[in-house]
Amino acid sequence: MEKRPASFYILGTFFALFMLFLYGPTITIAILSFQGAEGGLTFPMRGVSLNWFRELFMEQAVGDIWGSFRRSLTLGLMVMVTTVVVSVMAGLAFRRRFPGSTVLFYLVIGALVIPSILVSLGIGLLFDRTGIGSHWATSAFGAHLTWTLPFGILIMFAVFNRFNPAYEEAARDQGASTWQVFAHVVLPLIAPALVGVALFGFTLSYDEIARTILVSGSRNTLPLEIWGMTTNVTSPVLYALGTLTTVFSLSLVGLVILSVTIMQRRRARNGSDAGKGMV
Amino acid sequence: MRRANLNSWLLAAPLTGVLFVFLILPILLIVAVSFWSADEFSFRPDFQFGNYEYLFGSAVAWKVFGLTFMMSVIVWALTLAIGFTIAFFLAFHVRTQKWQMVLFLLTTIPFWTSNIIRMISWIPLLGKNGLVNQTLIGAGLINEPLQWLLYSSFSVCLAFVHLYTLFMVVPIFNTMMRIDKSLIEAARDGGASGFQILTNVIIPLSKPGIMIGSIFVIALVMSDFVTTRFMSGSQLANVGRLISNDIGLLQYPSAAATAVVLLITVLLIIGAMLRLVDIRKEL
Repeated sequence: MEKRPASFYILGTFFALFMLFLYGPTITIAILSFQGAEGGLTFPMRGVSLNWFRELFMEQAVGDIWGSFRRSLTLGLMVMVTTVVVSVMAGLAFRRRFPGSTVLFYLVIGALVIPSILVSLGIGLLFDRTGIGSHWATSAFGAHLTWTLPFGILIMFAVFNRFNPAYEEAARDQGASTWQVFAHVVLPLIAPALVGVALFGFTLSYDEIARTILVSGSRNTLPLEIWGMTTNVTSPVLYALGTLTTVFSLSLVGLVILSVTIMQRRRARNGSDAGKGMV
Repeated sequence: MRRANLNSWLLAAPLTGVLFVFLILPILLIVAVSFWSADEFSFRPDFQFGNYEYLFGSAVAWKVFGLTFMMSVIVWALTLAIGFTIAFFLAFHVRTQKWQMVLFLLTTIPFWTSNIIRMISWIPLLGKNGLVNQTLIGAGLINEPLQWLLYSSFSVCLAFVHLYTLFMVVPIFNTMMRIDKSLIEAARDGGASGFQILTNVIIPLSKPGIMIGSIFVIALVMSDFVTTRFMSGSQLANVGRLISNDIGLLQYPSAAATAVVLLITVLLIIGAMLRLVDIRKEL
């Protein structure tokens, strides 16, 4: 193998430092969440305990962590399913130009770059003025979609830009209906990307603050609950909560990576029978 | 042809519906409310330019817009420099695809975790009794803890870089991976030095990725209020906080006017940047 240039070691060190910058703080609070009962928000550790985790599971003096977690979980799943379905449909539509497609595309980009506080303020006003009233499952749901759909649709663009239409043509030539082509050819081929869209949909919703803040109604989502806690909670219980939600998010990412890997393995194993048939 | 259009429209209908109800209507409503009038306790429909006159006549508002823009430029420059370096390392210095994938995943994983928790994570490091101050005092470099580490413009900027560098790394890495390696070989054969290859081949060809990353970072920083509020301990102002403070005081018309001006500012900047890149082609 070719000898590595000096720049490799310099850049490699830079990369390592960047990783430390990226993960260092998270690791720090993970350690501090095991702080002893007498300990505070900073080092030194005064013993090691599960005290702060236990406190999370006890009757809460502050807020409603588990209620807000359940709401965030439900909302995340609602946003996830909607994002996947709507993105796939729009992705299929965008495969060919249609009157209005350019405008719609720029609207999607607009939804992405528009200041979040405008989405929050606007939807809040809309639900207030029409008398519907804000609720996490209606107004916050819509607000989250304006954030997750652009990501989903951009991914669908990336997928369909690389999509080989020969497979669909082959299926159609064999007499498959439009629905059969979609269900048996297109969908299995784009499935790994859809897992990615689902992950975007869920986590972006699950962690969203700026677009939720004025539209969640009377009950908080988990990030809003944490946001509220930052002003009045000054114990490592905040770190314990942070550690738990981070572990939760990381296990989701792990699950997604695992399932995509399995899908690709299976595809590599069973995918093509080219050259294996009778000649 | 007609039928095909109908088909596309039906498929695009859910997206159009969501964007109409949750994006277009709310924005139109904000624009309308920005012309309403308000007193201390209530606001009512009206058509007057008082909110805008007040905003443009306010020295504080001009200063805050300036500060917000400056913060965006600083964060943009930092995330670009760091993001480009990381992407460059991953794309051209890591040799096996497997390691490229692993290291790329490692840079992107924090994106999937909560931003607010990632901000909270800086407290034990940067606080008055935090790890950084403890270390510096322990090493005898300083006698008093540094106060500007946390709840300052510094910590706001640091948090932005921490949260958003990823938005640079991903698109730049994506375009770099598509650069035909034979172009680099040709440049080398032609006698170009490593630095010349970087400035004459790689940077020009990475431009689309750089633009997409820049759009993300600038849009996010220009319109932020959560990070600025938390990381500055409510001490630093930006446009987003100007708006959220007005909302807190129930001054919706004034908040709406500021929001409209912010929206126009952001759209002008992003619009100018979009002229330099065709996003649909780059995905």
